Amino acid sequence: MIERNTGQIVGINGNMITVKFDTFVTQNEVAYAVIGDKKLKCEVIRIRGANADLQVFESTNGLKIHDMVEFTDELLSVELGPGLLTMVYDGLQNPLDRLAERTGFFLERGLYMPPLDEVKKWDFTSIVKVGDSINAGTYVGRVPEGIYTHYICAPFDLKGTWTVESIIANGSYNIREKIAVITSETGDKKEVTMTQRWPVKIPITCYMEKVSPEKTLITQNRIIDTFFPVAVGGTFCTPGPFGAGKTVLQHSISQYAQTDIVIICACGERAGEVVEILKEYPQLEDPRTGRTLMERSVIICNTSSMPVAAREASVYTAVTLAEYYRQMGLNTLLLADSTSRWAQAMREMSGRLEEIPGEEGFPAYLESLVASFYERAGLVKLNNGSLGSVTIGGAVSPAGGNFEEPVTQATLKVIGAFLGLSRQRAEARRFPSIHPLESWSHYKSIVDEKMIEKARQTLRKGNEVNQMMSVVGEEGTSIDDYTIYLKSEFLDSVYLQQNTFDAIDGASDEERQKHVFTRVINILDARFNFKDKEEARKFFVELRQIFIDWNYMKFKCDKFQYHENSINSKLKEFAHA
Amino acid sequence: MRKVYHKILQVSGNVITVEAEGVAYNDLAEITTKRGVSLAQVIRLNHNKVYLQIFAGSRGVSTNDEVRFLGKQMQVSSSENLMGRVFNGAGEPRDKRPAIMEKMKEIGGPSVNPAKRIIPKRMVRTGIPMIDLFNSLVVSQKIPIFSVAGEPYNPLMARIAMQAEVDVIILGGMGLKYDDYLYFKNTLDEHGALTRTVMFVHTASDPVVECLLVPDMSLAVAEAYAIEGKNVLVLLTDMTNFSDALKEIAITMEQIPSNRGYPGDLYSQLASRYEKAVDLEGAGSITILAVTTMPGDDVTHPVPDNTGYITEGQYYLKNGRIEPFGSLSRLKQQVNGDTRKDHRAIMDTMIRLYSSYKETCEKQSMGFKMSNWDNKLLKYGAFFESRMMDLSVNIPLEEALDLGWKTLAECFEKAETGMKTDLLNEFWPKT
Ligand SMILES: Nc1ncnc2c1ncn2[C@@H]1O[C@H](COP(=O)(O)OP(=O)(O)OP(=O)(O)O)[C@@H](O)[C@H]1O
Ligand SMILES: [Mg+2]
Repeated sequence: MIERNTGQIVGINGNMITVKFDTFVTQNEVAYAVIGDKKLKCEVIRIRGANADLQVFESTNGLKIHDMVEFTDELLSVELGPGLLTMVYDGLQNPLDRLAERTGFFLERGLYMPPLDEVKKWDFTSIVKVGDSINAGTYVGRVPEGIYTHYICAPFDLKGTWTVESIIANGSYNIREKIAVITSETGDKKEVTMTQRWPVKIPITCYMEKVSPEKTLITQNRIIDTFFPVAVGGTFCTPGPFGAGKTVLQHSISQYAQTDIVIICACGERAGEVVEILKEYPQLEDPRTGRTLMERSVIICNTSSMPVAAREASVYTAVTLAEYYRQMGLNTLLLADSTSRWAQAMREMSGRLEEIPGEEGFPAYLESLVASFYERAGLVKLNNGSLGSVTIGGAVSPAGGNFEEPVTQATLKVIGAFLGLSRQRAEARRFPSIHPLESWSHYKSIVDEKMIEKARQTLRKGNEVNQMMSVVGEEGTSIDDYTIYLKSEFLDSVYLQQNTFDAIDGASDEERQKHVFTRVINILDARFNFKDKEEARKFFVELRQIFIDWNYMKFKCDKFQYHENSINSKLKEFAHA
Repeated sequence: MRKVYHKILQVSGNVITVEAEGVAYNDLAEITTKRGVSLAQVIRLNHNKVYLQIFAGSRGVSTNDEVRFLGKQMQVSSSENLMGRVFNGAGEPRDKRPAIMEKMKEIGGPSVNPAKRIIPKRMVRTGIPMIDLFNSLVVSQKIPIFSVAGEPYNPLMARIAMQAEVDVIILGGMGLKYDDYLYFKNTLDEHGALTRTVMFVHTASDPVVECLLVPDMSLAVAEAYAIEGKNVLVLLTDMTNFSDALKEIAITMEQIPSNRGYPGDLYSQLASRYEKAVDLEGAGSITILAVTTMPGDDVTHPVPDNTGYITEGQYYLKNGRIEPFGSLSRLKQQVNGDTRKDHRAIMDTMIRLYSSYKETCEKQSMGFKMSNWDNKLLKYGAFFESRMMDLSVNIPLEEALDLGWKTLAECFEKAETGMKTDLLNEFWPKT
């Protein structure tokens, strides 16, 4: 038996322990603090002389000086393999429903369970044959996982070229069974199963190259896809004060985004919000596949009252799972709510380490950590030539709703689309409350850029007129300016705003958006003959009503067509030819 | 394991440092000073140095005072016999009756597995239209009253507690004024609710840090009752005092502050308390109604700001009324679809019109000409404030809805409300 590498606790400060180690330790390796018959998982986060500082993923209550710590020599890792989809994990990949079977209502510390079903049999079909050469990430075989083909990849950490020495016959196997043996050029042998472990803080890089994201990721949110699009393989953030609608927006995207896999990372937020997903997604249908939404989702849930260090780990766990499915040539979308809680977890730890703080107490390396997290997104060309992607969207919860704070600023430097949520819009119940004048995106919209510019101009001018009006009053405003204002309000209420909770209005696909937006632009372009402002106001109120009704109708159904005609005839009442 | 130590190395703020061996993190100790005996808790261990936070404060602590480690974490009784009793911030009886030592449980226990929660679906009726109609309160919700000092937040809280049909009320008072404590006690008594109430009361005259245990004790008891199937309402007033006590300890421990002196973990500290609100699968529930006083009526102050990020909405109390703007119940949509079919429509319409009324008020104050429509709104706004917002109004939801229709009909034409035609036909008062 191998001698265990151990150490002794010499200091305890909140969820950080200082350990005097006996032989050696590795940065970011996992260790266990022993308390009675329990072992509490920790991670080495700093080494100084003969002492290592460890963050403990559990409550440290009851630990004492001189208590033993066992080091594992393994970096904090997750297990990757078939059966991840539909699972609900905590930040360290413990399956929550199985924990509940074991311990009932409460999460017990020191209890860790295998993340994947070890008994379930999967229908394995081999892809390689004896004598084939393989590299890290080569598809060895495949199993069906729900609606997807789950490729069993050669270990991502293989160095050089290996040869398949044996491969199991096609058939049903569980994840613990050996399916292949491979040998290296120097004669080392390795057994391969359907799963592998991967350290969460290190990106999986088994691909040829990153290519630049071109395609728009359809989220079915009009203001996003049309005005502030997100690309497949891109990054975006949704900062906003509390109650502005970040979570509702993320849920809507997770439900309607046209992507293969969704990884939802509930990081330091409310447990109740996760429960809604847990109970509803198994019932909701994904129209693209006809299966439930749960079948394309993995949920990582480390809510605000769960241990803080595990919250820090949770975003890495989530992005690693996203990268894993990307390796199969799938498009994955990671939604993290909220990245600020992750940053705060780092701040807490940095404070305990007594590091020199940056702004608002955040560590000086905040920016680089935020950057390297979003860097794990991307569209990649895999070694077999196919494409796969990870898209990352992070909610940000700035203190006081002020976007000048460090986490928002660090995020803005690295993301491709900024969807800023505004308190004013949320209070005016203008949802989704994405600010149309302050947000931006570097990605390509689904509609023609010229049309968007037209719409933007209307919004800008309308805003100016509105501000002017609050000074000089309606009487002092010309009818032309007033009409511009009405047009911008019209655009806002029929297109930018969307009823997230309505099955039809809440999800608008690409074709519909293009169709409806063209109609909206027609109206913005039209020149009207109004007798006075009252007439203009009345006209737009009525037009808006018809238009909103139209938004609630199924695309291209008879009623939809008919209603479109009434919009046209309404328009003719006052518009010039 | 009961050891006595004399060696107090350092006294700083309300934290003392002693030399000791074999002490566990978070354990309790007792320190005996000239002023009496106080509880203390281990908040940091460094080799043989033990940092203790003294709940009664360090005033009068002398270097040769006695420190005795109790070898256990803070515990509280979860017995049924707690009902009708009053305890102080250290969990000791404050009603001169004997201490209760049965069914002891540790406070600040682990969180509920999210997989064991259920989606909250039961409405709490309060008789207050601004709540029932516009921002329904839901069983297992965690929601604070945001208020500036001096507003009647404690009477409001007591009133909701009296109307709510719950099995147990737990009052956690932090920095509670003695008058307010008596007010709660008398109100509960008048309504015959005292016998199903447990009180943990830290008053304004008690040492500041002694309030730190109040939320955990209250919630530990609530949790025990909820597991047994009871619906528990926990009242926490005032969480800003709790946060300030956290700040004080953090500063003493020389922690790097994040914002206006508050510690970087304020969010996690508040969340670990508020997240105890729960509707348990196959058992009871915990609803948390809290008070967060806002220094300077500023929602961006770290305490209300962090709270807002944690709770499921807030009631914004201002000038003796619950303001429709700034108030939000994030769980209302879980219940207001199943009350009466005009509920949501009345809610949306009345708020929208009230917001237009506010705009009209602004125009009026700028001296702009009032149109016919403006005059209608002015009439409506006055009705809305007296019939809906006034806190003396106490009517069931259904009556409030009817009153809403009546108000609309008195001020507007049907079409001006922008409501769906079928609803108008069914509910518009016939004259
Ligand atoms: N698209 C929407 N349509 C209608 N109501 C919405 C929408 N988005 C948000 N809301 C309302 O606002 C409330 C708060 O939204 P949400 O929980 O998404 O805020 P948040 O930004 O995530 O806040 P926090 O930072 O506190 O988590 C919701 O409960 C709902 O009442
Ligand atoms: Mg949220």
